[in-house]
Amino acid sequence: MATNLRKFNRFGSILTNHSNSLRRFSSPAASSGVLASADGQLLQSSKSINLYTAINQALHIALDSDPRSYIFGEDVGFGGVFRCTTGLADQFGKHRVFNTPLCEQGIVGFAIGLAAMGNRAIAEIQFADYIFPAFDQIVNEAAKFRYRSGNEFNCGGLTIRAPYGAVGHGALYHSQSPEAFFCHVPGLKVVIPRSPKEAKGLLLASIRDPNPVVFFEPKGLYRLAVEEVPEGDYTLPLSEAEVIREGSDITLVGWGAQLTTMEQACVDAEKEGISCELIDLKTLLPWDKETVEASVRKTGRLLISHEAPVTGGFGAEISASIVERCFLRLEAPVARVCGLDTPFPHVFEPFYMPTKNKILDAIKETVNF
Amino acid sequence: MSISHWLTRIGGGNLIKKIICSSLTLSHYQATASSSFPFLIRRNEHKAIFAFCSSTNVAFFGARRYNSTKTEGQLLSESDDEDGSTLEEKQGFDFPGGKIAYTTKLNFLPASSEKRVQCYRVLDEDGYTILSNMSELVSKELALKVYSGMVTLNTMDKFLYEAQRQGRLSFYLTTYGEEAINLGSAAALSSDDIVLGQYREAGILLWRGFTVQDFANQCFGNNDGHGKGRQMPVHYGSKSLNFVTISSPLTTQLPQAVGMAYSLKMDKKDSCVVAFFGDGSASEGDFHAGLNFAAVMDAPVVFICRNNGWAISTPVTQQFRSDGIVVKGQAYGIPSIRVDGNDALAVYDVVRSAREMAINEQRPILIEAMTYRVSHHSTSDDSTKYRSVEEIEHWKTLHSPITRLRKWIGRNGWWSNKDESKLHGEATTQVKVAIDEAEKKKMPPLRDMFTDVYDELPLNLMEQETMLRETIQKHPKDFPNNMPL
Repeated sequence: MATNLRKFNRFGSILTNHSNSLRRFSSPAASSGVLASADGQLLQSSKSINLYTAINQALHIALDSDPRSYIFGEDVGFGGVFRCTTGLADQFGKHRVFNTPLCEQGIVGFAIGLAAMGNRAIAEIQFADYIFPAFDQIVNEAAKFRYRSGNEFNCGGLTIRAPYGAVGHGALYHSQSPEAFFCHVPGLKVVIPRSPKEAKGLLLASIRDPNPVVFFEPKGLYRLAVEEVPEGDYTLPLSEAEVIREGSDITLVGWGAQLTTMEQACVDAEKEGISCELIDLKTLLPWDKETVEASVRKTGRLLISHEAPVTGGFGAEISASIVERCFLRLEAPVARVCGLDTPFPHVFEPFYMPTKNKILDAIKETVNF
Repeated sequence: MSISHWLTRIGGGNLIKKIICSSLTLSHYQATASSSFPFLIRRNEHKAIFAFCSSTNVAFFGARRYNSTKTEGQLLSESDDEDGSTLEEKQGFDFPGGKIAYTTKLNFLPASSEKRVQCYRVLDEDGYTILSNMSELVSKELALKVYSGMVTLNTMDKFLYEAQRQGRLSFYLTTYGEEAINLGSAAALSSDDIVLGQYREAGILLWRGFTVQDFANQCFGNNDGHGKGRQMPVHYGSKSLNFVTISSPLTTQLPQAVGMAYSLKMDKKDSCVVAFFGDGSASEGDFHAGLNFAAVMDAPVVFICRNNGWAISTPVTQQFRSDGIVVKGQAYGIPSIRVDGNDALAVYDVVRSAREMAINEQRPILIEAMTYRVSHHSTSDDSTKYRSVEEIEHWKTLHSPITRLRKWIGRNGWWSNKDESKLHGEATTQVKVAIDEAEKKKMPPLRDMFTDVYDELPLNLMEQETMLRETIQKHPKDFPNNMPL
C-alpha cells in the first residue's frame, strides 16, 4: 500500500505551501462552558498552537495520564511523517510509543488485541487513504467485538487516528475522505475535529471513550490552523454537534476542514443579506440529529457540504434524516455541495473541491427556491 | 549521519531497494545516493548493488547483471584467496539489518528443501510408544483427562450434529478427527494463557471447564448462552476461561493475538497467547500480518495451525506451493515445528515446549499440526461431493486420534473396556440432557438486540427499539413468539 510519496516526511512540510486562505476559528466551545479539565478547573492557561501540536499535546496527556496507553503505527517512533508523535518515544519509552511493520491490517489487528486486554491502544494509520487493508479488522472485528461476545470482551480502548482530506496536491491516494464507509458500521464512533482546540479535546475524549473510535484528522490544517488551546487536560463531548455561527435563513452542516470553506461562504452570504447558521457535526457516528433538526426547524433550509464524493456520502444520511423529521418545515430541497463522483484528481483538484463559491451559489439557490 | 538515521529520514528499507533497483546506471546511482550512502562507494561497489538487487529484481537487471558477474569472475581469478573471495567478501557487508557475506556463486535459494519437514510424533498408529519416556512425561491422571475430553467432545459433536439434522439447531460444525489437537494442546497450556480459536477448538473450552450445557446453550442461542444469542452456533467465548469469542472471519485473530501477547509482555506475565488457525486461513493477509508483527514485537504467542488438508472443498494442493505452513515460520524469524496432530501425546509435548519457549524467551513459536478433517466442513457442506468416501473412512479408522490414545492408555493398564463403556454412557447422557435443557430455556430478551453495540444505548438505537416494538404490537404474527419482549 505504500507509495514513495507517503514515505517522505517532507510531505508534511509540503503542506505549508498549500495556498488556501485560512481563517482562524474562534471556538465558542470554550466560552460556552463545554470545556472542562480533568481536575475540574474551567480556566486554564492556553497557548496559540497549530493542529498537529494540539494532537501531540493530547497524545502526550493520554500517555501521561494512563500508564496502560500505547501509541504505534508506521514511522511513529521518530515523530511521525506529520510530526504528531514528536518527542513521545523519548519521554515515554519505545515500548509505549513505537514503529510497527508497514501493514495496516496488522496495526489495527494488533491494536484490537492490545485494547481487548484493557489497554488504550492508539493506532496511527499514516494516511486515511491507506486504511482499507484494515477495513476487515475495523468493520468485522473492532466494531463487533463487544456485541458478539455478549459484552464479555470489548476493545473500547481502541482509537484509530488517520489524517484525511485535500491538501492541494495529494491526488488520488493522499487526499481521500473515507468517513462515510465507517459511518455505516454499528459499533464504531467516527470523529472529525475542525481546529486545534477541538482536535485536542475530541481526541482525548475519543481515547477515553469506552468504544472503538475512528478519528480522522484534517491534515490540510495540521500546520495551517492555529488557535488558542488550553495547555492542560480537557475533553470535549462526543456525539454533540455545535452551532459555530448562528443564523436564521439556512442551516449549513459540515465537519473538519470543510467548515473553513463553509464559514467563508457564510460571510459572503451575509454581505448579500443571507443569514446562515453553521453547524460542526464533530461526531459523525452516532451523530447529533437533534441539534441539526432544531436548527432546520428554525431556518427551514439545509445545506450539507463535504469533500468526499456526493454519492453515498454522509451528507445523504443527514439529508434523508432531516427530510424525515422536518418535511413540512422545509422551504427548499436539501442542498449538497460535495466532492464530485470521481477519484480525487491531481491537477483537477480545484474543480473537484466543494469550493466557497459553489457553496455560496447553493445557499442563494436554496434561499431563493 | 548514521545509516539508521538516514533510513529513518527517507522512510525505511523498502525505499532503498526501490531507489537502488531502479537506478539504471551506476553513475546515476552514485550521483543520487553517494553522499548519503558512503559505505557503498568502495572497490566492488557495482557488485554490492547487484547483490542487493539479485533477489528482488532479477528480470529487470538481467543483461547488465550477468555482464557484471563475468567481470567479477575475471577480477577474482587474480585474487590469491583460495575460494576466490576477498577478505571483505568473507566478512560480509554491513547492510541495513546486519552483515551479509558476499559470494561469487550465482545461486538461487531452492523453492523448497529436498526433503519435506519431518513430523514429530511419539505414538505410532497402534498406540505404541516410540519414545520410551512418555509415561514419565504424561501421568495417568493427565492422559485419562485428555482421553475423556476427546471422547466427550466427540460425543457432543455427534448429538449436536444430529440436532441440526433434525432441524432443532440452525448450524453446527464438528471437530471429528482433530480431537487430539484440541485436548493435547489444552492440556499443555495454563488456564492463564489466552486462547484465540478459529472455530474448531471447542475441546480447549471443554478442558477449561465450559460445560456441555454451556456449549448447548450457545448453540441454541438461549438466554443462558454466552453471547446473548447474537452469533451462529459454535461461536463460543468465555472471559473467565480466557477464551476469546470466536468470530467467523478467518485469521483476523492472529494479529489480535499479537496485541494481546504484547500486553502480557508489558505486564511481565508468566503466560502466553495461543492462536489457532487452519491451512486455508494461512493464505489470508492477516496470517502474514500476525506472524510478522509477532516476530518484530517479540510477542509471547504460540501459533497453532491445524493443517487438516481441506478449506471447505479446497485441498492444500490448491492452497499453497510450500511444504505446508511450518516452513513459513523461518521467513518471519519464528522457530517452527511440525507435529502429528493425531497423536495427542506429541501435540501435548510440542505445545508444552512451545509455551515454555514463548514465555521464557519472549518470542513467537509456530506449530503445524498435521491432521485430517474427518467431518464435513459444517452442516452446510457435503464433503463427499469433492472427496471420496474411502479417503474419509481411511482417516476415520486408521488414523483416529481417539483410538490411538485409547490403545496406549489401555496398554498401560490405565483403561479398561468397562471404563470405556462407562465414559461413553455418561457422556451420552450428559449431552442428551444438555440439549433438551438448552432447548427449553428462555430466549434472550428483545432488548439484547440493541445493547452492547456501544457501552451505552445511543439515541438512534433507542428510537429504533421503540419503532420496532410498535411494529411488533401491530403485527405480532410476523415475529417469533418465543422471544421475551
